[in-house]
Order: sequence, then C-alpha cells, then structure tokens
Amino acid sequence: MTSPGLTPVLAEPAGTDSGPGGAPARRGPLPVAVLRGLAGLAGLVAVLEVLPHTGLVSADYLPPASETVRTLGTLLAEPAFWTALGDTLTGWGLGLAVAVVAGVVAGVVIGSVPVLRAVTASTIEFLRPIPSVALIPVAVLLYGTDLRSKLLLVVYASFWQVIVQVLAGMQDVDPVAEDTARSYLLGTWGRVRHVLWPTALPYVMTGVRLAATVALILTITAELVIGAPGLGHEIAVAQVSGAVPEVYALVLVTGLLGVAVNLAARAVERRALHWHQSVRTEVTA
Amino acid sequence: MTALTVARRGLLVLGLPAVLFTVWWFATAGSTDFYFPPLATILESFGKVWTAERLLSDVVPSLLRLAAGYLLAVVVGVGLGLVVGMRRAVRDVLEPVLELFRAIPPPVLIPVIMLFAGIGDTMKVLVIVSGCMWPILLNTVEGVRAVDEVLGDTCRSYGITGVARLRHLVLRAASPQIVTGMRQALSIGIILMVISEMFAASNGLGFTIVQFQRSFAIPEMWSGVLLLGILGFLLSLLFRFAENRVLAWYHGLRRAQRNP
Repeated sequence: MTSPGLTPVLAEPAGTDSGPGGAPARRGPLPVAVLRGLAGLAGLVAVLEVLPHTGLVSADYLPPASETVRTLGTLLAEPAFWTALGDTLTGWGLGLAVAVVAGVVAGVVIGSVPVLRAVTASTIEFLRPIPSVALIPVAVLLYGTDLRSKLLLVVYASFWQVIVQVLAGMQDVDPVAEDTARSYLLGTWGRVRHVLWPTALPYVMTGVRLAATVALILTITAELVIGAPGLGHEIAVAQVSGAVPEVYALVLVTGLLGVAVNLAARAVERRALHWHQSVRTEVTA
Repeated sequence: MTALTVARRGLLVLGLPAVLFTVWWFATAGSTDFYFPPLATILESFGKVWTAERLLSDVVPSLLRLAAGYLLAVVVGVGLGLVVGMRRAVRDVLEPVLELFRAIPPPVLIPVIMLFAGIGDTMKVLVIVSGCMWPILLNTVEGVRAVDEVLGDTCRSYGITGVARLRHLVLRAASPQIVTGMRQALSIGIILMVISEMFAASNGLGFTIVQFQRSFAIPEMWSGVLLLGILGFLLSLLFRFAENRVLAWYHGLRRAQRNP
C-alpha cells in the first residue's frame, strides 16, 4: 500500500493482486485496528511527555509534549505562521503542477515515438539520479531567496518521478488493444486518448503521488537551507534563536502537512482510477 | 551485421548526450556571463579542484558518512520492519506513528538532531539514518505482510521455524519490497549527506560546494555540481548492479510469468 511503484518493475499490478496474499490483511474488524492506532499515537505522546521529566533527556533538548502543543497553539494564533504556511504551500503546489504537466507532456511525446524513446533513454537515466540539492548553489546565485529558487529545486526533483512513471505506463500498453485501435482506424490522437492514456493513468497517478511527497521535501529543504520564506525558514530561525519548543512544534506541523499531502494524493488517485482493477478490488475487499 | 547493430546502439545511447554536451560547450564558449562560465573553464577547474588530495579530504568523508548512515538505516529498518510486519497487533499500534514519522520531511530533523548530537560526524550519520530508515522500514513491513500464505503454511508443516523461516521465507519473500525501499532511501541519503554538510561542517562535498558559492568561485562551484551529479549517477548504477545480483531470481520469475 505504501510503496507500489518507485520502480517500473514493481509498479506493475501483477505482483500485488495475484493470489490470496493481499486479501486477508483486512480480516479483523476495523475499529480494533483504529483503536490500536490511536493507542499507539497516545503512547508516543506519553513517552514524549514523560521522557524529559525523568531527566533521561534534558528538557532543553526535548521539551515535554504538552509544551510543544502549547507552543503550537500560540503559533497558530500568529499571522506570521499562516504566511509561512502559505508560502510553503505555494511553492509546493506551483512546483508540483509545473512538474506534473511537464512530465506528462514530455512522457507522452517521448513514449509515443519509439525513436525518441530510444534516443532519450540514456540521457534520462543519467539526469534522473542527479541529486536536486546539487542545484542549491546555482539556485541561490541565480534567484537568491526568491520563490523561483524553490521552484527550480522542486520542479527538477519531481519532474523525474512523473516522467519515469509515464514512460513505464506507455510501455505497458496491451498490444491487442493497440492493434484493435489501429484496425478501427483510430488516428494518433485517438490512440493516445483511448488506448495509451487509460493504460498509463495508473502509472501517472503513482508518479504524481511520489512527486507530491518529493515536492514537499524539496520545498521545505529549500526554505531551510536557502532561506526562502516558508515553514522551513521558520524552523531555521527558531533553531538559531534557541526556541526549542518552536522547532518541535514546526517539525510537527511539517509532519502533519506530509500526512495530509499523502492522504490527499491517495484520494486523488482513487478518484481518478475508480474504474481501475486495483481500486475496484480494494473497495470490495 | 552485428557491427552495425552495435554502432546503432552506441549511437542511440551516446547520441543525445553528445549533442547536449556539444550544445553546452558552444553555447557557453564565449560566455562572459558571470554565472554561466564556458564549459571549458568549468572542466579546467574540475581538474584543478578535485585533485586526489581534495577527494580524500572532502569526498571520502562524505561518502563514509553516507555509507555508515545508510547501512545503519538498512539494519534498523529491516530489523524493525520484520518485527512490525510479523505481528499484526504491533503493526496496528505503530502504523499511524510510523506514517507520521515518515511524513516529516527528513531535512527538518537536522535542527532537532543538532540539539542532541552537536555538529560532528555523529549528527550527520544520525540525520542520514533518520531519513533513510522510514522508506526501508515501511517497505519491509509491506513486504513481510504480503508473504504468500501457502508458502507460509508449507514452511510450517515442514517444521521450518525461527531463524530458518526468517531467512528462507520471510526475508526472501520481502526482498523485492525491501530493495524498493532501499532505492528510495539511497536518494534521500544523498540529499541528506549534502544538506547536513551545508548546515554545519568543516569538510565534505556539500560544505565545499557551498563554500565556493559563497566566495563566488563560480567555475569551481559548477565543477562541484557536476561532481555531485556524477556521484549520484554512479551510486545509482552501483545500486542497480547490486540489485540485479540479489534479485536475479525475482526478475527471472517476473519474466517467466510475463511470457509463459
């Protein structure tokens, strides 16, 4: 559930829905799992609350959970926090949107022309693993703490996630469907629209989900390291000024943001793929 | 005939990179733009900057920290993942907590870890562990969970239990998933290696590159960016090589399933 997909190989559904392996996971009544999960979260809070009091960890380094929550409360009342959150979300959203559009367009074009695909393969394989943080110095020099320097990093990192998945999806097209479309004289556009796109969509969605997470990481990294305005920058400021509870509160916020991004991406995936095998079987199970 | 196909393949693989390289070379050839020096200048400074001495004093420490953090993350992630994956109750309790930890963008943990571990090597290794652990852990959990029931029952009826069961059934069955997690973790690890050095360090690749950038040594900075790129590429190549060896059985199985 958490991982189908970084690689084209493992992204294919064959491994996941073959045989009885996947089904029994949800056998037990759901509420028990939910209660246990809540207990787990409560346990984490309790540990974080008690640890500093026992003196095992200094409260200067790890403030009790109650203090972190209180600090979070005061943060939420400050307009500066909401501005920072807005900045982060803007960078994330814009960067992700650009990366997804560019990745899908480039992927569909490259994927539907075999020659292009063969020619670009080695270049993509070379550029993809280049760590986007290598671009940080370049971004700083060119754009300073501007939104654009954030976007440069975010787009570079997320673009590859999308295009690789799109290419994998385009390759997965059923030859029979393709031949059928040809014999019904569907044009290039018709084939892309009715054959290629539905086949590639599950892969695209996996790519978008991965890209959404990566984009958030890179947005916050850019803010933290470069100093572009946003939550990451707030963390850096809090750290430098020794406001430890604030650091923890902000880290918690970024974590919640990450969870929200994850859930939202999965919801979008479900909606877009409601017709697809993997989602349909999951619903009935 | 074969010579022709080899030539064709070579052209396909090397053609576009060669074109791009040439374009870059000539587009910047007479460049007076301060930020985009000619490629010739960058390559020249590459040779000058990244001498054996520099590699030993800056690149090797970075890579050692990456290796230490990454291996530690693999051990902890797989170990915990086995425990969590095999016990349903444990999984139910820990899943939301793990999801939360995984969702925290790893770089924000640097300030927190700096509180505990200062700014030395320990901090950097811990940062890498804290970022790399989650994808490995969660993928291990998923992999362990999806172990084929029939195989599990077979093992039980043959009396294969304990360590043998773990080694021959659970780890084996989960290994494709574990490797997926490890691949995700590797790219996160490289990012964290660089960033932790940008934060606070006295040596290392990230430190050196930022140092060049701050002193406006532009060609040197570009050469560092280039080196990082090459490093990322080589590490992913190395990973793929290792994966193909470890998962040869799995890829073969998949191929056989696809073309029966």
